[in-house]
Amino acid sequence: MSKLVLARILQGIPVLLIVVTATFFLVRAAPGGPFDAERSLPAEVVKNLEKRYNLDAPVLHQYVDYLGNLVRGDFGPSFRYPNRSVTELIRTGMPITFELAFYAIVVAVVVGVMSGLIAAVRPNSLQDYLPMSLAMTGICLPAFLLGPILVLIFGIWLEWLPVSGWGYSPGDKILPSVTLGSAYAAYIARLTRAGMLEVLSQDFIRTARAKGLSMPGVVFRHALRGGLAPVVAFSGPAVAGLLTGSFVVETIFQIPGLGRFYVQAAFNRDYTMIMGTTILLSCLIVILNIVVDILAVWMNPRLRKVR
Amino acid sequence: MHRWLSRRGCTIRIIGAANNWRYLAPNCVGIIIIVFTLSGCDLGPTNVEQGNLEQILHLGNGTEPQDLDPHIVTGVTEHNIISALLEGLVGENPETLEPVPGMAEYWVVSADGREYTFFIRDQAKWSNGDPVTAQDFAWSWQRMLSPALAAEYAYQLYPIKNARAFNKGEIQSFSEVGVKAVDDKTLEVLLEHPTPYFLSLLAHYSTFPVHPPTILRFGEMDERGSAWTRPGNFVSNGPFKLKSWRLNYIIEVEKNAHYWDAETVKLAGIRFYPIDNIQTEERMFRTGALHATSTTPSEKIEVYQSKSPHLISISPYLGTYFYRFNVTRPPLDDPRVRLALSLTVDRQAIIDSVTKGGQIPAYSFTPPNTQGYFPPKSPVSYDLEHGRALLAEAGFSEGQGFPELELLYNTSDGHRRIAEAIQQMWKKGLGIDVRLVNTDWKVYLSRTNQLDYDISRAGWIGDYPDPNTFLDMMLSDGGNNRTGWRNNDYDELIERAATLTNQKERYQAFEQAEMILDREAPLLPIYTYTRVALRDPSVKNWFPNILDHHPYKYVYLQSD
Repeated sequence: MSKLVLARILQGIPVLLIVVTATFFLVRAAPGGPFDAERSLPAEVVKNLEKRYNLDAPVLHQYVDYLGNLVRGDFGPSFRYPNRSVTELIRTGMPITFELAFYAIVVAVVVGVMSGLIAAVRPNSLQDYLPMSLAMTGICLPAFLLGPILVLIFGIWLEWLPVSGWGYSPGDKILPSVTLGSAYAAYIARLTRAGMLEVLSQDFIRTARAKGLSMPGVVFRHALRGGLAPVVAFSGPAVAGLLTGSFVVETIFQIPGLGRFYVQAAFNRDYTMIMGTTILLSCLIVILNIVVDILAVWMNPRLRKVR
Repeated sequence: MHRWLSRRGCTIRIIGAANNWRYLAPNCVGIIIIVFTLSGCDLGPTNVEQGNLEQILHLGNGTEPQDLDPHIVTGVTEHNIISALLEGLVGENPETLEPVPGMAEYWVVSADGREYTFFIRDQAKWSNGDPVTAQDFAWSWQRMLSPALAAEYAYQLYPIKNARAFNKGEIQSFSEVGVKAVDDKTLEVLLEHPTPYFLSLLAHYSTFPVHPPTILRFGEMDERGSAWTRPGNFVSNGPFKLKSWRLNYIIEVEKNAHYWDAETVKLAGIRFYPIDNIQTEERMFRTGALHATSTTPSEKIEVYQSKSPHLISISPYLGTYFYRFNVTRPPLDDPRVRLALSLTVDRQAIIDSVTKGGQIPAYSFTPPNTQGYFPPKSPVSYDLEHGRALLAEAGFSEGQGFPELELLYNTSDGHRRIAEAIQQMWKKGLGIDVRLVNTDWKVYLSRTNQLDYDISRAGWIGDYPDPNTFLDMMLSDGGNNRTGWRNNDYDELIERAATLTNQKERYQAFEQAEMILDREAPLLPIYTYTRVALRDPSVKNWFPNILDHHPYKYVYLQSD
């Protein structure tokens, strides 16, 4: 097991290095620079700015400098927000995005697994079709549509919940979490249903039943662990997706998370910020994949033997 | 139940279990929690209701400000906040924008219009109680012009003698620049040329003072991005002081008791919300989270106008929406072709059915009534016949042989809809094809800068209320010309206008220049901007004006 973990971590390092290098050169190759604006600046001002941010050095030189700083944990100053360092921007936005993603994953797992179970116990009946069609709708409805619909119903018509904000008024975290979580809830519902159907048809379930175990006992003690394997495999990329994909929800609900910075940085050609967020998110994806691999092995003893 | 089991196997039995309360319990608990949470949500009074009681103004304010350093930032969102925190030598009349005394109690201008002497009022204080001095201004302008600070708006001070040379690093000593603090309360400024709009420039945040000891406490004079603009550090001299700043969420300012005119200030504070998404902003306004928005989604304008006209306000804005022609590329190097294209655009139709914001059709570049200046009658109007005739004269009768041109715009729904309308108008009116190309903002900027386009969408917002802020854009070597168009007569007129002190003569020079621009048509003006904003009726003393500036010291809240 520890060998597996170590191998995975070592595999992650070159991946990160490739990501850093590719991003570094790609953002600089993209047309337009961080200081291009509607009003073009006098040449002398541009010169002053480039000198200030080390952009007048050869690109390779900049790259080496950047890697040097990176090793020391310094992401540099943001070009767009001159009085903030990239580290500070990330430190402010990340906890909020994490919190949002956490609630969203809770929504996704609770709703998804529940409706998947409900559907799986009676396949091809109304009890199956109803949650599954809802799930299909959930997958098809993008957040930028679902969000405003929920806001319209619960925020504007019913006046139950605030239409925006994060932690400023009671209940303002509910709509964003539901919006972000629902697409994933839908996937998880379908995966749970498929997984459960497969497990429930196996011999050991019948044995457990034959020995007199109650059905809830069978489902929760024996079937669930195997039936949720596909869900666990999916959850790693899903968490990564929640973290990187929160931009739309953050924008709709006016949440000061990392997603907004990430996307704005790309539009602003805020080189250091693009690098910082990309590195952070790639690290997360690598780590999450490792965690999922470990979980999968833990949940499925057969994988252990293969290794 | 058992009978079913024997018939259908074990899956049926689980349904039995589903009827079991133990199985249903988690579901029920979840539902109960949700219902309780919802019914327990007492949303309380809205921001607007609460704000009206406490005199706290809640404003939608575009994007997150880059910084609050007046010498670093360049945007409108930053203006809105900085104008609450800092005050320059002059302020603005909230209705007419005419310069009114600010930090300077009065000033004297020499007969040749080149020397200004400002007398700073005795009561002028920083928010920590320090007096505001003439040295503070001289120091602040030296900072603004220091090459190492790399201030993007440094050119706002270029009318001052030797300011440009100092900013370029050609002269090292600031004593050669035309700014001198004679004593604590007297500031002398010498200009290169008489600049009739110089006082208006002094109402722009790039010329505002900063508190030298605070800057030096957090870094060097010319250091970009030090911590001095953080809450707790920021020392201001305007009607408000900085209270809190939550990144990408809210900036709060509160009344500054040391402000010289604190008696006039009625608001206890202002909260600025950076909201990128204009739909979100509109929803927040609708639910009473905001007193006023920075803009309005165009599809909502008609709804508000018909259902709640008291909430929407449309006012002229000092800006022009236009298209640039790349005159270095045939067939756009022929003024007849450019005029033909301009003549076939039905501006009114675009305003009525696309933008819907009550914009004013534009046939000249400078907006009408820019500080009393009206552009001369343009040869351009909506005239299909004339347009067709000109195109035929240029050798493209009925559009025959006209190459397919590319119309470049930065990705946005609004720009796309206008471009599509114009594409149709040219197709129908002239029989020519135009291909629409959209790119992201930075790519668009880089392509227009390098003249890598045929026709491109553009907008220009005036920095100060004077025709010069528009017309000097088209100088042959102007960095914002971006059309390849050069005209010596035009350059001479604009440069001559800069040396004139008589406003009438100046405007005549501008009119002549504008006539050249109309005739040569390197630009295709489409409309004069309007500001379409949603505003709660409780916001008082908020006057429409062409710069959309609303000095907060006069604003107060009162529900009817």
